[in-house]
Amino acid sequence: MGVEGIGARVVRKEDKRFITGKGRYVDDIKLQGMTHAHFIRSPHAHAKVKGIDSSAALKMPGVVAVLTGQQIVDDKVGNLICGWAITSKDGSPMKMGAWPAMAPETVRFVGQAVAVVIAESKNLARDAAEAVVVDYEELPAVADVHAAIKAGAVQLHPEAPGNQVYDWVIGDEGGTDAAFAKAANVVKLDVTNNRLAPNAMEPRAAIADYDSAEEHFTLYTTSQNPHVARLVLSAFYNIAPEHKLRVIAPDVGGGFGSKIFIYPEEMVALWASKKVGRPVKWTGDRTEAFLTDAHGRDHVTHAEMAFDANNKITGLKVKTYANFGAYMSLFSSSVPTYLYATLLSGQYNIPAIHAEVIGVYTNTTPVDAYRGAGRPEASYLIERLMETAARQLKVDPAALRRANFITEFPHQTPVIMAYDVGDFNASLDAAMKAIDYAGFADRKAKAKADGKLRGIGVSCYIEACGIAPSKAVGSLGAGVGLWESAEVRVNPVGTIEILTGSHSHGQGHETTFCQLVAERLGIPISQVSIVHGDTDKVQFGMGTYGSRSAAVGLTAILKAMEKMESKAKKIAAHALEASEADIVIENGEFKVTGTDKAIALPMVALAAYTAHNLPDGMEPGLKESAFYDPTNFTFPAGTYICELEVDPGTGKTSFVNFVAADDFGRLINPMIVEGQVHGGLVQGIGQALLEHAIYDASGQPVTASFMDYAMPRADDVPSFNLSHTTTLCPGNPLGIKGCGEAGAIGASAAVINAITDAIGKNNLEMPATPDRVWRTIHAA
Amino acid sequence: MSTVKLTVNGKAVAVDVEDRTLLVQLLRDNLNLTGTHVGCDTSQCGACVVHVDGKTVKSCTMLAGQADGANVTTIEGIAKGDELHPMQAAFRDNHGLQCGYCTPGMIMSAIDIVHRHGGNLDETTVRQELEGNICRCTGYHNIVKSVLDAAGRMKVSQAAE
Repeated sequence: MGVEGIGARVVRKEDKRFITGKGRYVDDIKLQGMTHAHFIRSPHAHAKVKGIDSSAALKMPGVVAVLTGQQIVDDKVGNLICGWAITSKDGSPMKMGAWPAMAPETVRFVGQAVAVVIAESKNLARDAAEAVVVDYEELPAVADVHAAIKAGAVQLHPEAPGNQVYDWVIGDEGGTDAAFAKAANVVKLDVTNNRLAPNAMEPRAAIADYDSAEEHFTLYTTSQNPHVARLVLSAFYNIAPEHKLRVIAPDVGGGFGSKIFIYPEEMVALWASKKVGRPVKWTGDRTEAFLTDAHGRDHVTHAEMAFDANNKITGLKVKTYANFGAYMSLFSSSVPTYLYATLLSGQYNIPAIHAEVIGVYTNTTPVDAYRGAGRPEASYLIERLMETAARQLKVDPAALRRANFITEFPHQTPVIMAYDVGDFNASLDAAMKAIDYAGFADRKAKAKADGKLRGIGVSCYIEACGIAPSKAVGSLGAGVGLWESAEVRVNPVGTIEILTGSHSHGQGHETTFCQLVAERLGIPISQVSIVHGDTDKVQFGMGTYGSRSAAVGLTAILKAMEKMESKAKKIAAHALEASEADIVIENGEFKVTGTDKAIALPMVALAAYTAHNLPDGMEPGLKESAFYDPTNFTFPAGTYICELEVDPGTGKTSFVNFVAADDFGRLINPMIVEGQVHGGLVQGIGQALLEHAIYDASGQPVTASFMDYAMPRADDVPSFNLSHTTTLCPGNPLGIKGCGEAGAIGASAAVINAITDAIGKNNLEMPATPDRVWRTIHAA
Repeated sequence: MSTVKLTVNGKAVAVDVEDRTLLVQLLRDNLNLTGTHVGCDTSQCGACVVHVDGKTVKSCTMLAGQADGANVTTIEGIAKGDELHPMQAAFRDNHGLQCGYCTPGMIMSAIDIVHRHGGNLDETTVRQELEGNICRCTGYHNIVKSVLDAAGRMKVSQAAE
């Protein structure tokens, strides 16, 4: 490892612009002649749009246009799609209700756009929007899955009888029933996985610019995957063919899944910019983010786990209702199915599993992938079940987990996933040591003497990352391949540009990706640039989500580097009159091994471009590209243990210690990895203690600003004690597993297990607010 | 419309703005100082924090007119040329930022925290003082570390001056 190579704690290259205020986010961009859009959104959860009167608004100062849902339908802009086809247990395809970018006839959630005002400034657009009169006929609404599936409930979409999207199953029902029939003990649990609002700090924004002479669109947008955005806008929404549509995602202020999806606002901005003949900018405010960014989680689950007389798990039965909101967002269908139920084996040997997932429409904001996407729901369920089982079976919760750990790899679970490698005992041991698990009983007794209820909670998570092998996901219904691309351009002066289809919105790719190049060539990272986020610069890519950028994106760069190095070695060998096999790359030089003969990288690069003296038949230039498709998912895993105190008088939780022992395989930059874990842990803790996107029974959102939705703040959370155990992932040459989602996947169960341990009552829903904890403590 | 005269990052400016214009809009839209961000519109997140006459202010909650005659410092104005402010350097060295969106407000608030506490800070105080700044990426761990580190650096640089 060099000072800037793989494994080094390199300070980030991208930081200078962010700490000096020179970041370039979408809302920072101004175009000549730019207009501003303000959307008119439904105040009702469910209503008919009887008419829209924009005559008064059109007379107001600075108003350029008022465009409606009927116009966008008339112009044949396509309905929003869901890109993963799920088949119900009866063989029928999932039931898709039509979702136009602005509603011409029916609105189905508060915040759904019905029209847009385009004006000379943001304020003028907002003023005019007040003068647009929309005539709504209110309809009954349903906000939660129980209300939606009741007989006689109002129906959202004619295509989906009973408000049911699908009824999907996985696993062996007969085998699971047989395991339960023979069980010595059965543990049952009902859990709700609370709905969350993702809340990247930068609200979504879009600037669309139509060039009528070239019939070409440019879209600046807050996207985690600009190429996927271009593909979908082009192939499904009829905006423009791909070569006439450039999508740029510049600096993006966090995503957490919510910026994967292509939203109505981008579609409308593009369409409107052609209509008005000027650039159109839309920047969402925070309330619009709460109303329209895809939410996360929202599962209601009943689960049962069977144990034999030796406390070995013999079977697992799960029935989950997943609330999809009013429409099927881009990858929503895959989240409670292939990203959830396939992880229900956790870290454990479970011979038989059967799960049923019922997807339900409600009059709420659409739900899709949010940090972890299905895997937090699975991990929370399994780890709450293990804790419940330990309490019911009266055994130590860590010991019960250990007794059921998978210890031999590869391991085929009964729910598709084949775990390639892991050492679950190692991470459990590391976490137990870090928190002094053995000394907990004494600390609990001491706390009790001080009037505090102290608890400890274990969570052993596993996730499937490095998303994903294209053939595998294709066979499961995915509409896209999930490989990644890379291009390595060595300039004639020896500096290097890496083009990647991954997108960095906080992950630090501009540093970590350079570290791979530094490692291989022995050059400083200052000589390397990372190019990403622009479909005109990078040919194609699948973007960043599912902890895939290192395991898949960086491996693509490695493949392109290998090709480039191979050509460069030939050029060096030719120049040094040596055999190619004898050339090694060290400290930026191509050396003939065992001699003092060497040629520096810039001279090799220059030779490639002058082409005066290349090996016979060799093309000039030094530029190579690669597409890398993984052969399997990766399986990051680890143990989180939380120790906390509850004040029985107030129900307030205070952290004492939080330890995390993760196995992410090889780490490129441990500093960045730790940062990813910290952030994930706080999102998991936020779910456990604070966050909940709440709707009332009529479908009105109650939490649509930071005044009502409790975001974790600095004084709500502790500092963390992190460590790593390592088993290298055999699925990719760098041995990387991915680290972006782990914290959010594993943390919430550790917190709830600790609180329920402290208060001595097992049933407690998230978020465990002081009020809820106090009521649970004092319930009869 | 009114003319607002103020000093921004040491430079006197006069800007004609609608009376309803917020200070953050004046900074971003009129002066192109886009380092100050808007994250919530309700004074909760602190992405828009700047210094007005030496005090931290959420610039999304102050009318531009209220800043008439004031001395405003934004994230663009705290480095001395190429020399970063110790708080900026501490955020970089301690990985106190990820996506960078909350960072300018965090840094501006953090400088004020150190000034008010004379550099004598502990973790609990820093966490309580950061209550008005929301970060979704870092989990605050490295932000707290950055502020504590900078408190030491600022003490040293003050002693040197």
